[in-house]
Amino acid sequence: MSANVDIEFRLNGVATRAKVPAAMSVLDMLRDLLGLTGTKYGCGEGECGACTVIVDGLSINSCLMFAADCHGREVMTIEGLASDPAADRLKKSFVEHGAVQCGFCTPGFVMQAHHLRGKHRHLGEHEIRRGIEGNLCRCTGYKKIIEAIADTGAIAG
Amino acid sequence: MGALEKVTDGSLIGKRIPKKDAPEKASGKTRYIHDIDLPGQLHAKILRSAHVHARIKSIDTSAARAMPGVHAVITAADVAQRPIGVAKDHLPLKSGLVRSMRDEIAAVAAETEEIARSALGLIKVDYEPLPIVASAQDAMKPGAPLLHGEDLVVPGPDGKPLVAHKASLDNVAMVFSYMQGDLAKGEAEAQVIVEDVFQLHYVTHCCMGVSGVIAEFDASENLVLYSNTQVPFLHKREFAEMLGMDAGRIRIIQPPIGGGFGSKLDIYPFEPIAIYLARLTKRPVKLVFSREEEFLASPTRQPVLLKLRSGCTRDGTLTFRDVETVHDNGAYTSWGATTPFVMMQTISSLYRVPNCKYHTRAVYSNNPYAGSFRGYGNLQATFAVEAHMDRLAESIGMDSLEFRLKNAQLPGEVTPQGMHFKSCGFQDCLRVAAERSDYQRKHCEYRADWSDGNAIKRGIGMASMLHVGGGAKIYPSDGCGTILKIDDFAHVTLLTGASEIGQGSETVLAQLVCEELGLPLSAVSVVNNDTDITPWDVGVHASRTTFIAGNSALGAARKAKDKILAAAAAKFAQPAEALDLRAGCVVEKASGKKLVEISKLIRSLHFSDKAELVMTTYYYEPPSQHQDREFRGDVSAAYAWATQVAEVEVDTQTGIVKLVKVTGAHDVGRVLNRLGIEGQIDGGIVMGQGYALTENLIIEDGVVSNPSFRDYKLVTAPEIPEMDVAFIETMDGEGPQGAKGVGEAPAICVAAAVGNAIYNATGVRITALPFTPENVYRALHSNSQPPVWIDAA
Repeated sequence: MSANVDIEFRLNGVATRAKVPAAMSVLDMLRDLLGLTGTKYGCGEGECGACTVIVDGLSINSCLMFAADCHGREVMTIEGLASDPAADRLKKSFVEHGAVQCGFCTPGFVMQAHHLRGKHRHLGEHEIRRGIEGNLCRCTGYKKIIEAIADTGAIAG
Repeated sequence: MGALEKVTDGSLIGKRIPKKDAPEKASGKTRYIHDIDLPGQLHAKILRSAHVHARIKSIDTSAARAMPGVHAVITAADVAQRPIGVAKDHLPLKSGLVRSMRDEIAAVAAETEEIARSALGLIKVDYEPLPIVASAQDAMKPGAPLLHGEDLVVPGPDGKPLVAHKASLDNVAMVFSYMQGDLAKGEAEAQVIVEDVFQLHYVTHCCMGVSGVIAEFDASENLVLYSNTQVPFLHKREFAEMLGMDAGRIRIIQPPIGGGFGSKLDIYPFEPIAIYLARLTKRPVKLVFSREEEFLASPTRQPVLLKLRSGCTRDGTLTFRDVETVHDNGAYTSWGATTPFVMMQTISSLYRVPNCKYHTRAVYSNNPYAGSFRGYGNLQATFAVEAHMDRLAESIGMDSLEFRLKNAQLPGEVTPQGMHFKSCGFQDCLRVAAERSDYQRKHCEYRADWSDGNAIKRGIGMASMLHVGGGAKIYPSDGCGTILKIDDFAHVTLLTGASEIGQGSETVLAQLVCEELGLPLSAVSVVNNDTDITPWDVGVHASRTTFIAGNSALGAARKAKDKILAAAAAKFAQPAEALDLRAGCVVEKASGKKLVEISKLIRSLHFSDKAELVMTTYYYEPPSQHQDREFRGDVSAAYAWATQVAEVEVDTQTGIVKLVKVTGAHDVGRVLNRLGIEGQIDGGIVMGQGYALTENLIIEDGVVSNPSFRDYKLVTAPEIPEMDVAFIETMDGEGPQGAKGVGEAPAICVAAAVGNAIYNATGVRITALPFTPENVYRALHSNSQPPVWIDAA
C-alpha cells in the first residue's frame, strides 16, 4: 500500500483534481479512478501502445508513467479527441479505410496518429511506419492503418 | 420522390463497406470485458504452480483467508469439480499433481485486484518436485514419468464415482490414422522419393485484449457469464455439465472481443474458477489476466514434429505421400490435439495424390497445452507439403509451377478422402499468383545467383493451401439461426447466433440482408452477443461465419421479402414475381417503377384488421457430411483455395530474412465486402509472417522464458511486406451470393512460401521454424542439425 498524492492537472482540457496512490500508473488512474476506459491495458510494460495518451504534447505509454507525475501537466486521452474536428477526420479515416477490426488497439493508434500529425511537417509512409512501430495490432497487418493515417496527412505544416 | 420515379439498383456486394462498429471502436467508446464493472463486483486472481511437475503435499490458505478485503479463497478441496477440455483430462483447480507451470492451485476473490494479488502471496504450498518431461521426445522414452498415469475419477451426475478420463500408460493422449490407396504401390511407382523431418514451433495468439470473464449468479441461482468465448452455445452446455446445473439457467453475454483467432474455443480453468468464486461469495466476480499471465496460461499453436516421404514419377505425377507426426500435447488436452483433422486434408487432398498414409500421435508433456489457432494445423502441414512440392520438382528438373499445376485439384473432383470440390479456383490461384509476382522468371534468376559472392541474396517461393470454406461438420449441427424483424419504419433488427470477434461478420450479414431487402446499410442493427436473445450457432471457428451465418441471414431476409412482396402484390394487383425491393421501396421489377415505400407498406400491414408484423426466422444447416471413422466424408459445403508467393532478401552474413513482398491469389467464391476481405488477408499474411520469421514462444524444461512482448516478437508496422492480393471469384453455388469462407486462409501458406524463398535465395533448405536470424545463420553456415525423428516408442 502506498501513500496517496493530491494532484491537479488538465485532463482533456478540463481542470482535474485527483488523489492517487504514489505507485499508481496514469493508465490505472484513467481507467479505475476516472472511468475513462478508452485507454486500454495491453501489456503494462510499454511494449504495445494500447494505452497511448498525450502528455504536454508528447505521446507516452500511460502504463509507464506515474499518475502523480501528471501534476501540473496537460493530459489528452482518446475521449478528449471527441471535440477536436481534426481528430474527427482521423477517426473517420480509420473507419473508412478498414483500419479497425477487433478495435482493441485502435484508440492507441488513433492517439499516436494524432500525435504524429501534429509533429511532422511531412507525414509520408516512412514517417508513419516508424511513428507507429510502438503500437501492436494483431488483426489488420497494419496496412490499412498506415493508409488511414496517410490519407489524413499532417496538420503541423 | 414522385410516384413514378425509378429507383436504381445500388448493389452493396463487392463494395468497400466500413465496419459497422468501427466508429465506436475508433472513439474508444466500445466497452470490452475489461471496461465493464458490475455493482458489488469482486476481483479474482489465480495462484499458479511454482513447479513444472510436482506433487502437492499441502496447501495452507489460512493467512490469505484472514487478510482484510478477502472474501473467498478456494482450492480443489473447496469445490466439487468436473473436468474440462476436449478429452476431459483436466480439473480447473489441481490437487495431487501439477503438470505445468500454468497449473491453477488456488484462487482468491477480494475487494480489489491489489488485495487479491497480495493474498496470493500468503498462500503456502508445499511441493514434492517430480522429474520434468520436457518434450514429446522425452515423454515417449521407455520409463518416462507418466503424466496421466491414473484414471481421473470424479463424482458423476448421480453422485457415484465416474471415470472422466482413462489413464494413459504411454503418455499418448490422442492418435489419428488415415490411409488412402496403396502406399506400397505408390512407392513402387515413384521414380523420385524425398524425405525430410520438419519441426514446427510454439507460437501463441497474442490477442490485444487479454483473457477475462465476469461471473454472476442472480437471486434465483441463474448464472450470467460475461465471456469472450467464440462458442457461446456450446459452452452453455459444457458449463452446465461442469457445474451440474440446468443449461437453461445459464446466460452467456459476449461483450466486444479484443481478438480471438481460435484462442477462445475451449473452456479454460479461469472461467470455472470465477464461477466457483461467484457462487461462493454471491457477488459478481471479475477475473482478468495480466499480459504475462496471458503468455503463460493461454493456449499455443500445436508444436509438431513431422516426417514426410513423398514420391513422384519423372513426368511429374505424384504417386504417394507418407506422413508421420508427433504433437507435443502439453499437460492437458485441448483442441490442439485434434488439429490432425485439418492437417490430413492438406496431406490427402491439396494435390492429387492417390496413395497416402498419415499417422499422428499427440503426446503429453509438462509443457503448456495447445489450443486451436487460426489455420488449425494447416500451417504446419502446408509447410511440409509445399517444401516437398519444390523438392520433387527440382529432383525431376521440372518447373515448380508446372509441377504444381500438373497435380493441382480441379473443379468437380471428389478426393479419396471424400471431399467434393464443387467450386475450385486452385489452378487459377496458381497461375494468377505466379503471373503477378513474375514467379517463374525470378525463380530461375535468383537461383542462378547462388554463387555470385553477394552477401545479400534474393529469393522467391510459392505455396498454396486448401481449407474449409463452407463450415466444418464436426458437431451434430454446423448450423446458425437468425431472427429478423422489420419495424414500422423499415428498420431491420437482425438477431444472429454468429459471434463477432473483429472479423466483420456483423457488417457482412447486414450487407446480405440489405441486398435482399433493398434497404441501406444504416437500416440494419445486428444483435449477436447474448444466448438468451440470439438463436443457436455452433460458434465462430473454421472460417464459417460468412458462409453459414450469411446463408442463415439470407434465408430470413428472403422470407421477409416474400411476405412484403405478397402484401404488395395484393395491394397493387400484380403478381409478386413481377415485384422487387429496391432503395427502400417496392418496385416493378422490369421497369423499376416505384409503387410504395417499404415502411409505408409495413405500417399498412401492421395497422390493419389482420395486424401483422414482419418477423421471420431461419435456420441454415449446410449440406455437408460428418466424416466416418476412417475420416472420409465431405466435411465442408465449400472449400477455399489460395496461392501465395513470397519474395525475400536473405542477409547471409547475419541470417536476417526480410519479407519484401507477398503476392496472393485467393479463391474466395465471391468478394462480399472488399474492405473487410482485404483486412482479413492483410492481417492473415502478417500473422503468417510472424509465424515464419519472428514469433517463438521459448519453452525450456516446461518454463516459458519469454512471456512478454519485449521478448516475444510480434511483427510491427515498419516490417510488413508489400502485399498484392488478387481475388479469384468462383461463385460457389452454395455460398451466400457465391462467397466462401476466408478467415483462416491467408495465414496458412506464408511460412511455407518463405521457406521455399529462402531456399531459392541460398540453396539451403531449412526444415525447422522459425526463420529467426540465429536459426537462419546457423543453417547457412552448416552450424545446425536438421530436426531428427523420434525413433523411441
